[in-house]
Amino acid sequence: MFKGNFINNLPKIYGTYTGGFIVFIILMAIGEQAGMSAKVIGICFVAFTVLIYALIGYLSRTIQVDAYYLAGRQVPTVFNGMATAADWMSGASFVAMAGGIYFKGYGYMALLVGWTGGYVLVASLLAPYLRKFGCYTVPDFIGTRYGGNLARLSAVIVLTVASFTYVTAQINATGTIASVALDIPFNIAVYVGLASILMCSMLGGMRAVTWTQVAQYIVLIIAYLIPVFWISNKMGAGVFPHLMLADEVARIAELEAQFGLGSIKNSAADLKQVPKGLSGITKAHAEVNTTPWKFISLAVCMMAGTASLPHVMMRYFTTPSVKAARRSVGWSLFFIFLLYSSAPMLATLSKLSLMDPNLATGIIGKSISEVQAIDWYQNWNQANLMFVSDFNGNGTLELNEFFMGGKAVVLATPEIAGLPYVISGLVAAGGMAAAMSTADGLVLAISNALSHDIYYKMINPKAETAKRLLIARILLVLIGFAGATIAALEIQGILGSVIWAFDFAMSGLFFPLVLGVWWKRANAQGAVAGMLGGLAAGTAYLIAVRSGYPGFLDITQLTFGIVGSVVSLVLMIVVSLATKAPDAATQKMVDEVRVPSGKAILGRQH
Amino acid sequence: MSKQAQHWEKTRGLLFVTLAIWFVFSIGIFLFGAEMEASSIRPFGYPLSYYMTCQGSLGIFVILIFWFAGRQEKIDEEFGFSEREDD
Repeated sequence: MFKGNFINNLPKIYGTYTGGFIVFIILMAIGEQAGMSAKVIGICFVAFTVLIYALIGYLSRTIQVDAYYLAGRQVPTVFNGMATAADWMSGASFVAMAGGIYFKGYGYMALLVGWTGGYVLVASLLAPYLRKFGCYTVPDFIGTRYGGNLARLSAVIVLTVASFTYVTAQINATGTIASVALDIPFNIAVYVGLASILMCSMLGGMRAVTWTQVAQYIVLIIAYLIPVFWISNKMGAGVFPHLMLADEVARIAELEAQFGLGSIKNSAADLKQVPKGLSGITKAHAEVNTTPWKFISLAVCMMAGTASLPHVMMRYFTTPSVKAARRSVGWSLFFIFLLYSSAPMLATLSKLSLMDPNLATGIIGKSISEVQAIDWYQNWNQANLMFVSDFNGNGTLELNEFFMGGKAVVLATPEIAGLPYVISGLVAAGGMAAAMSTADGLVLAISNALSHDIYYKMINPKAETAKRLLIARILLVLIGFAGATIAALEIQGILGSVIWAFDFAMSGLFFPLVLGVWWKRANAQGAVAGMLGGLAAGTAYLIAVRSGYPGFLDITQLTFGIVGSVVSLVLMIVVSLATKAPDAATQKMVDEVRVPSGKAILGRQH
Repeated sequence: MSKQAQHWEKTRGLLFVTLAIWFVFSIGIFLFGAEMEASSIRPFGYPLSYYMTCQGSLGIFVILIFWFAGRQEKIDEEFGFSEREDD
């Protein structure tokens, strides 16, 4: 199947795969009608999809360096777009983002703008030039452009901090889904998640990750869109929800006023009863509920972070040409747009299903005992992701008495809206695909940087191919285990850690990468100062804010990248100008990077 | 001026135009969140602020990248810096 002119057969192969997946969904739906239990359906969905990814991972195994690091540089534009979209859309986008919007409304929708707008920066400032460079990893670019092991090492440090923060969140997400779908304890489920992640990446490196990510994109987009369209149609809200939910948005505002959102506050003693991590609706759904600066600062951090995250950048190293890299960014964003434009719609539908007393699914205004008897409430309550309590003692559930975990919004909505269980199973498979695909990309980014940049380029430049790839695989497993161990501790929620990762990446890598292409005068000393200084400043600010420092300019722990990147920019310019200009060879190299034609700076095998 | 310098000048020009459009739709309009909300322009009936954050700006970014890629390809061709197919 994966032999011969595999690349030319791609549309056929993935077409068949998509068809097969749809047949599987239908079989499951028939099974449900025939009396298959919810638990079995959940297990089937997660197990079947994960096995398929593992199979693709196995079939894509390789012993060649450029296949392991760059998927052989032959990934077609559109397929690379799909793979990037899966690489990019993590558990945070799939599982947590709609939840964030559900609870915080407009203020968190800055994430939608930030996580898409960043691609304009990727396309125009970086991706085509880094593709021309021909590097294997992002530190490979930094190390060659600026010269010297110190610059390379600094880039590896920033990459590791940012990607590792990110990967713990993804393993947490796979663990959450595996524990709910397979009904096993969370701290065992994270290792089940880890095993599936490693199966996809260990044997084939970038090549295996590429082809599993395409498969994962197909699963996750089907799993996200079906419930949105289904609920919207079932509710009678509109055939095409994206363009037809204006009335529902207005209706939510009406209900918010009716239920006293904002005027009824819970006392601190009442809130103590609520399990950790759950929250109630406290912000209006569609109103502009934040200052322009707060919205923009969050969006800016996510955009600059997008353009600095190595696991995304390295996807554009795999295209056949510079032109293809540029177009591929457009396709990536198109595939991301399909999901992101649906997230607020899902939040709207989910909220209305719960709130509207005119709908059969509405629970606000019902008696507490009635709600506590609902099946889905009991399940999610048991998983510690839903909670109700009669604070005012009137026997009915008020809006301020219902609490839910952010990650439950997407996963539980199909059940809440009364869809058959097969859809919940599908959504679990989709969430698993989203988290796994990102975790794969991240673990690979870290282990490639360590194996290629630290081991091969700095420690043992004479290492043979077989040894290099063996080291790369050992590191992959070690990093995965470290990530899973930390994920099991649950230090920070999924969305929070992901936002931190963007801030870390932005603090240390944004300006050194951009100026590497766009400012010839930038030199190694400046870049090292920029990377380490920026990362240190950002981290210091984060720690200070976490330990009670009020901060300045309304910069919070979610936007500390602003502090880091400004420090990074200033240091980089000042130190570069205070030291010697880069030599003529480096300047010539930058000139060559700026035109698409001609040979790559670094050869296929390096 | 050498061919390469001219090519870079045009490329930079395109970058500035692209970033200007990007700036307007990612930062500029959100300085006026409250004004957008009150505006009588309501795409598909949604408040303008809500629509731009969930679809408007996002869609513009997609179109912007493809437009940018097309223009850049033209610039590369103009100065003979396009890649050969078998590169």
